[in-house]
Amino acid sequence: MLELKNISFSAETEDGEKQILKDVNLKIDDGFVVITGPNGGGKSTLAKIIAGIITPTAGQILLDGEDITNLTITERAKKGISFAFQQPVRFKGITVHDLISLAAGEDISVTKACGYLSQVGLCARDYINREVNASLSGGELKRIEIATVLARGTKVSIFDEPEAGIDLWSFNSLIKVFEKMHKTLGGSIIIISHQERILNIADKVVVIANGSVKDEGKKDDILPSLLHAADAACKVLTDALEEV
Amino acid sequence: MNNTELDLLKMIADIDSTPSGAFNIRANGALSARHVTENVDIREKEGVSGIEIIIKPNTVGEKIHIPVIISESGLTEMVYNDFIIGDNCDVEIVAGCGIHNCGSEESRHDGIHSFFVGKNAKVKYVEKHVGEGDGEGGKNMNPTTVINIADGGYMEMETTQIKGIDSTKRITKAALADNATLIVKEKLMTHGSQYAETDFTVDMNGENCSANVISRSVAKDKSYQLFVSRINGNNICSGHTECDAIIMDDAHVSALPQITANHIDAALIHEAAIGKIAGEQLIKLMTLGLSEAEAEEQIVNGFLK
Repeated sequence: MLELKNISFSAETEDGEKQILKDVNLKIDDGFVVITGPNGGGKSTLAKIIAGIITPTAGQILLDGEDITNLTITERAKKGISFAFQQPVRFKGITVHDLISLAAGEDISVTKACGYLSQVGLCARDYINREVNASLSGGELKRIEIATVLARGTKVSIFDEPEAGIDLWSFNSLIKVFEKMHKTLGGSIIIISHQERILNIADKVVVIANGSVKDEGKKDDILPSLLHAADAACKVLTDALEEV
Repeated sequence: MNNTELDLLKMIADIDSTPSGAFNIRANGALSARHVTENVDIREKEGVSGIEIIIKPNTVGEKIHIPVIISESGLTEMVYNDFIIGDNCDVEIVAGCGIHNCGSEESRHDGIHSFFVGKNAKVKYVEKHVGEGDGEGGKNMNPTTVINIADGGYMEMETTQIKGIDSTKRITKAALADNATLIVKEKLMTHGSQYAETDFTVDMNGENCSANVISRSVAKDKSYQLFVSRINGNNICSGHTECDAIIMDDAHVSALPQITANHIDAALIHEAAIGKIAGEQLIKLMTLGLSEAEAEEQIVNGFLK
């Protein structure tokens, strides 16, 4: 189980110090957790704090009861935390096969690597020897990024807005990937997302806005009010546009 | 040959037993071993140090090894090698130079390699440079390659210098006839206080000829690299030159790609990029469980692969 205690984070901006997260307390059990909320609310920052990419200004992170707050990115990865970036990184010279092997922690066979690619909807043999560079589209890179997390098979898998940059056709496959992960991977799957279809397959939904947890609970308890609020916001916007 | 020399041969030319095709092994300034075949003749040049490699027209599938090794500290040499590749050939030539210097004097290999690629011939030329030995003497080499490609000819040149050479100046000059193609792939890594200069000049003289000169390099410590590439489009042709460098520590890298169109239908592109390893690349690999040093090594190895 992952536990966040009083996590706060502040960053220097042009307008002075800005509080991004304030006293966030969360318990994330095994299962499918979707963290949602408005843009700029602190969701991605929180995900990066869990992975060790950002250091919190205050608070504590526990993984299965062990304090991992001061561990490095590498140490947390070795403890079983994976992270799929919202904007995947490109590498000149490193092939898709290389990257998936690095993720798996061993030089895996082409067949096995292709298996992970197939799971994210890529025609594996066409990609396995390609470099993870600018010749790949954003959507292709995104799916390869997700495949690296599948290859790691860790107890905490974090996906930062996996739907961003993915077309509608691929998005349907992505939903199936997460549904399958939900059934087979085990552990905690944490997804930062705004997508209703991803929210619909969650066990737990956490709403973060203005740097704080505004709501959390089972999907069926949280989703109706969340969608109602979204509809209301849409109506306000539509009315305003009509007036213009 | 002693074990040091055999290790060098393995590193530069992947030779660990007698090659099956033609070969000429030069060790410490003298001929060590030579073998010719029905289609490939190798003979001494008259008047100067060096060899002529003459490949009969229509020779297909042969691999020729021309490595040079120096293990005597203080030995310097200059060789002139001519490669005459007949029309319609399809061959691979593996060259390269390895220097092991445990002494205090400079060891140096300089060479002028002239290629005459016949009509519709295809050549892959692989050249690897390696230096080793913990002596204070320099391990230096300065290869000059002069390439003439006849109508419809094709040459692919792969040059690799990954470690150990203290100073090098590589000069490559090429002239392309109608429908000729030249592809150059350079891989270079310098460290310590090493110096490496690369100077390419390609004259695209023939109609519909093409050239692609690509350099990938990593400069570490206090080393210095200078990349100069000139592509001259003198006819209907297409040319591309690219220098991509990773800079680390206190190294210096200069890239000067230059393209000149002397014909209205010459299509030329140059690209040059120098930068440190991106922080997000390190972070991504660290999220896979690699330490920062391991991540850096993977990125550099991949870049130079």
